[in-house]
Amino acid sequence: MTIYLLMKTETEINRDGVNIARRSFLRYAGAGVAAVSVVTAASCRKGDQVPTNTGIDIGIGDIGILNYAYALEQLEAAFYTQVIASPYSGITASETTRLTEIRDHEICHREFFKTVLGSNAIQVLTTDFSSIDFTNRAKVLAAAQAFEDTGVTAYNGAGYLIQSSAYLTLAGKIVSVEARHASYIRDLITAGSFGDSTVLDANGMDQAKTIAHILPVANTYLKTKVNASNFGYVSF
Amino acid sequence: MNVLNLIEEIDKADPEFQDRISPRRDAIKNITSFGSKVAVAALPFVFSTLFKKAYGQTAPSAAVLTTLNFALKLEYLESAFYNAGAASTAVQAGLSATEKAYLTTIQAHENAHVKFLQGVLGTNAITQTTQGTNGTYDFTGMGAFPTVMTDSGAFLNVAMVFEDTGVRAYKGAAPSLAGQQVYLTAALDIHSVEARHASAIRQLLAARGISIKPWITGANDTGIAAANANYAGEDNITQGGVNVTMLAGIGGNISTNAATEAFDEPLDATTVATLVAPFGVK
Repeated sequence: MTIYLLMKTETEINRDGVNIARRSFLRYAGAGVAAVSVVTAASCRKGDQVPTNTGIDIGIGDIGILNYAYALEQLEAAFYTQVIASPYSGITASETTRLTEIRDHEICHREFFKTVLGSNAIQVLTTDFSSIDFTNRAKVLAAAQAFEDTGVTAYNGAGYLIQSSAYLTLAGKIVSVEARHASYIRDLITAGSFGDSTVLDANGMDQAKTIAHILPVANTYLKTKVNASNFGYVSF
Repeated sequence: MNVLNLIEEIDKADPEFQDRISPRRDAIKNITSFGSKVAVAALPFVFSTLFKKAYGQTAPSAAVLTTLNFALKLEYLESAFYNAGAASTAVQAGLSATEKAYLTTIQAHENAHVKFLQGVLGTNAITQTTQGTNGTYDFTGMGAFPTVMTDSGAFLNVAMVFEDTGVRAYKGAAPSLAGQQVYLTAALDIHSVEARHASAIRQLLAARGISIKPWITGANDTGIAAANANYAGEDNITQGGVNVTMLAGIGGNISTNAATEAFDEPLDATTVATLVAPFGVK
């Protein structure tokens, strides 16, 4: 079935790919659909399932990128809210102080994006942290590290897609705070790992990851799935 | 037109063609194999797009060169600073094993950033010997930090100021690279590492008993009066026209502290140049 084939191929290409390749490819894929759907429509076999996009789409252009950030900040804010509401055993006073501050930063980011997006904002997402043992310090900090490092690569990867200089600067104002968090959390787990070779490349640089790379990871913690059909990612 | 062999032909002439299109050769192979099966008619369209991407960004504009060379000047300063600290017996004598390990990691990153930017700029890269006095900096900042290379605490203080300022400089430069996938992304990938460094140095100072957080609270939270200008504006609470302290937090609105911590502020190149001039950056 043609449309299904196209989607499968997109998924393959998008994995570890670059956004611009995918965007141009999507335009191409769109042309492909138009060109071949007429001849293949009749060839659909009986019983083929057309996959249904059941998630929430971030939208297009800068609104799409802001919604992408809003989705990630919702996830982070909800995570740290839970961390502080049910602290892991053995949490120190200093850790409580810092993690509460991080919670408030993430809530601040979340509410900021919600306000800026206004009626263009995606809905409030329902999170699913059932895979995280909130009583266990190592598990909580490992999850926190993953959220922060992922946030950094997500913002870095989306930067060039932002058309408005003002929004680009705002994303820049936030990503460096995520990096400060990542550094702190990493050093809590292993002193001196704030920028080790598991997260930075040989040039001493952070990574930039595509929306299509980040959203499947984010969706594992979301009951409401988030899609980015204009940026090459749809979950089914 | 033997369109499906085109990539092979280009590959002979330009072995890096596929990598120009994608860091992963698999990506382009997938496109061609997919195209051969489904939509051959659309291939000329996709080729023009790919060519634009492959060659459109290989010649940076004068504005991009200026931005990247300014970044290189800052990285020259930082790498020379950490190299000098590592070579200073007096500084090293005052550092704990943990502090030395942190600084060694940061030193390696800054030296790698220099090499990376030199590589990107190629023959357009300014040379380090144009900086300071024949390449030698004044790390006291014309006397503002007289003990920087004799006292480990002063060294950490200057490191913090350099890193926090570096974050602001890269952030301020980002709009001049807007839409440039290769150069903007590279700058952002360095920007966030400077922030990791800033956080790490602040953690080291906090471990020494100094009241400081990994993130910047208000304006100048370092207690270093000589660095007031480096932190000017960090107390901003209005982002994108939104007063962040009016947003809902837990148990009331977002506090002023949280509002300022949650957003780092940019500095424009002119302001940064003024801040680093006393150290010898030209």
